[in-house]
Amino acid sequence: MMAALEITDLKKSFGKAEIIRGVNLSIAKGERHAIIGPNGAGKSTLFNLITGRFPQTSGSIKLHGHDLRGKAPFEINRMGLSRSFQITNIFPKMTVFENVRCSLLWSHGYKYSFWNMVSRSQDLTDGALEILDQINLLQRAELPAGLLSYAEQRALEIGITIAGGADVIMLDEPTAGMSHSETDYIVELIRKVTQNKTLVMVEHDMGVVFGLADQISVLVYGEIIATGHPEDVRSNPKVQEAYLGAALEAEH
Amino acid sequence: MTDASQKTATITRAPALSLGQVLPWVISVIFLVAMPTIFQSNSAITIMNQMMITIVFALSYNMLLGQGGMLSFGHAVYMGVGGFFCMHLMNIVETNELPIPLPVLPIFGGLFGLGLATIVGSFSTRKAGTVFAMISLGIGELIAACSVIITAFFGGEEGMPGDRTYFMPFFGIEFLQQIEVYYLIAFWTVLSTLLMYLFSRTPVGRMANAVRDNPERAEFLGYSARWVRFFSFSAAGFFAGIAGALFAINYEILTETNLSTTQSGVILLIAFLGGVGFFFGPIIGAIVFTLLQSVLSLQSEIWQLYVGALFLATVMYFPGGLAGVLMMHVPAAKFGKLGTLVVPYIKTLVPAIIAIFGLAALMELLFHVRHASAGDDEMTLFWTTFDSHSVLPWIIACVATVGGFWLARLSAPSLREAWHRANTPKGRPA
Repeated sequence: MMAALEITDLKKSFGKAEIIRGVNLSIAKGERHAIIGPNGAGKSTLFNLITGRFPQTSGSIKLHGHDLRGKAPFEINRMGLSRSFQITNIFPKMTVFENVRCSLLWSHGYKYSFWNMVSRSQDLTDGALEILDQINLLQRAELPAGLLSYAEQRALEIGITIAGGADVIMLDEPTAGMSHSETDYIVELIRKVTQNKTLVMVEHDMGVVFGLADQISVLVYGEIIATGHPEDVRSNPKVQEAYLGAALEAEH
Repeated sequence: MTDASQKTATITRAPALSLGQVLPWVISVIFLVAMPTIFQSNSAITIMNQMMITIVFALSYNMLLGQGGMLSFGHAVYMGVGGFFCMHLMNIVETNELPIPLPVLPIFGGLFGLGLATIVGSFSTRKAGTVFAMISLGIGELIAACSVIITAFFGGEEGMPGDRTYFMPFFGIEFLQQIEVYYLIAFWTVLSTLLMYLFSRTPVGRMANAVRDNPERAEFLGYSARWVRFFSFSAAGFFAGIAGALFAINYEILTETNLSTTQSGVILLIAFLGGVGFFFGPIIGAIVFTLLQSVLSLQSEIWQLYVGALFLATVMYFPGGLAGVLMMHVPAAKFGKLGTLVVPYIKTLVPAIIAIFGLAALMELLFHVRHASAGDDEMTLFWTTFDSHSVLPWIIACVATVGGFWLARLSAPSLREAWHRANTPKGRPA
């Protein structure tokens, strides 16, 4: 079976600083894959390379077998990849409902049309309400998104990310800055909305990682030092040495 | 899901048009039709024509600034070029006796505006923010400079005149009278406003808001921020061109001032004054500004000072503009407590207005003393004639300013309290 995401020898340097130093990663369809690693390991850079925010220096990234080199973010999105951001990235002045409806427009085939009225399209309204129902924000539909609480904004961000119907979902630290109860809520939400989809996420919270992921990759100084099932990764001495041991100790 | 959709019934169904949607339009149309019967003088109709042209132009400008987040310093160019093309078309129709009726001229104006906007937009919409603003300024200056160089098209310093009456009569109307022109402009104003409103409800219009708020996020939703900006920009150019055509029909002449950066600056001021955050904001801005321009300029030589002060006050204290001030009262109205605000408002605003008039009187006195020819001591202000060099008027103005300001400050806390109470739902302690 063709991998959903296939990364070969990916490298990225900013000037002389090599941030990603040859990453090889294959993520199968339907897999929940977490990328972990210490601060400054290049996790966010890797995300930004995959989603076309930065161009890679060398190597290749393939989404469902199609090379992503030189593609703009909006083109990559149209190919079925969607992402969320580490810092909440929504449309703060628009209502919650509008936020979700906007993320449905392209996948519903409206493109740049100026001859359709969005409020008259039942499919858009229904679709947006369904997403709002999934992320439990129906009650907040008419509020400007900027007024939501932090956890609600994160939930909205996830809603926007999944709304377009992309089958590869990339979440960048979805639980960053959340309390325990909020984290549990978001983890449940992620599990619910990413069913039958490929999930790639960067996460610091080991509880979240081991609770959600089928596969874990450990990124240290721009290289992946281990990939595998959570249990295997946990017991891998290299990983323990580099990162996980310290992090797990800190957890307990 | 069914339970949930009932809760949000207001947004779920969009069946036939509701009364609330149609009513503002119907009222506007009745208002526009009735206005000339109330104000029959030619000067009043001229002011109203100017007002409607400014409305179309300001709304088109707000497609960029308010809806699309593009700060343009050169929007007058699209109105001006559209108008100049229409002027030429007018002359061509005159010499060749083409069977074109005058009311269709704005379509051509719009197409010319659209054409120019498509060319400029193809490279200027790559980025929003400073880059876009600078390009718009550059293009504005460039075309304004062309108006003096390419005299065959722009008519040089004298401008480009024409005559609207040589068009094919439209159901017997030859547009000889100002009132006929009024209804022509009114028709196009309503149509353009409606189309611009509908544009903001289309997918590309909605995405313009999304790109304004967060271009990067919009890219990750499958939309190219650049293309979204380009569509908004082109549409704005189209409606600016319509405004230009209406200007050509009304004044029968276009000059280089129509293209100038000053004109572009004025429309930014109008849109901001009215409020860029609301669709109808620029309409209010256009009405207020045209009134100030035409009425205040008859009363005072330093009217631009007052407009400038008003603009400054808006930017600093009411960033939502006049429309924002109006909409601020919606929550209080929903709680049914708008009436409780009337008395506190009167208590604060009347002294404040007295203070403003006092300050204006001081300005006028100063201006008269400094600029009137020597020996001319007599001036008229607020329908009273007095000697500007005597002490009494100065004392009165000073007392009014200081006293009004003092009284307004005195009652401001109670207004603030009343405001707070009016914005608290009934039955809940304030």
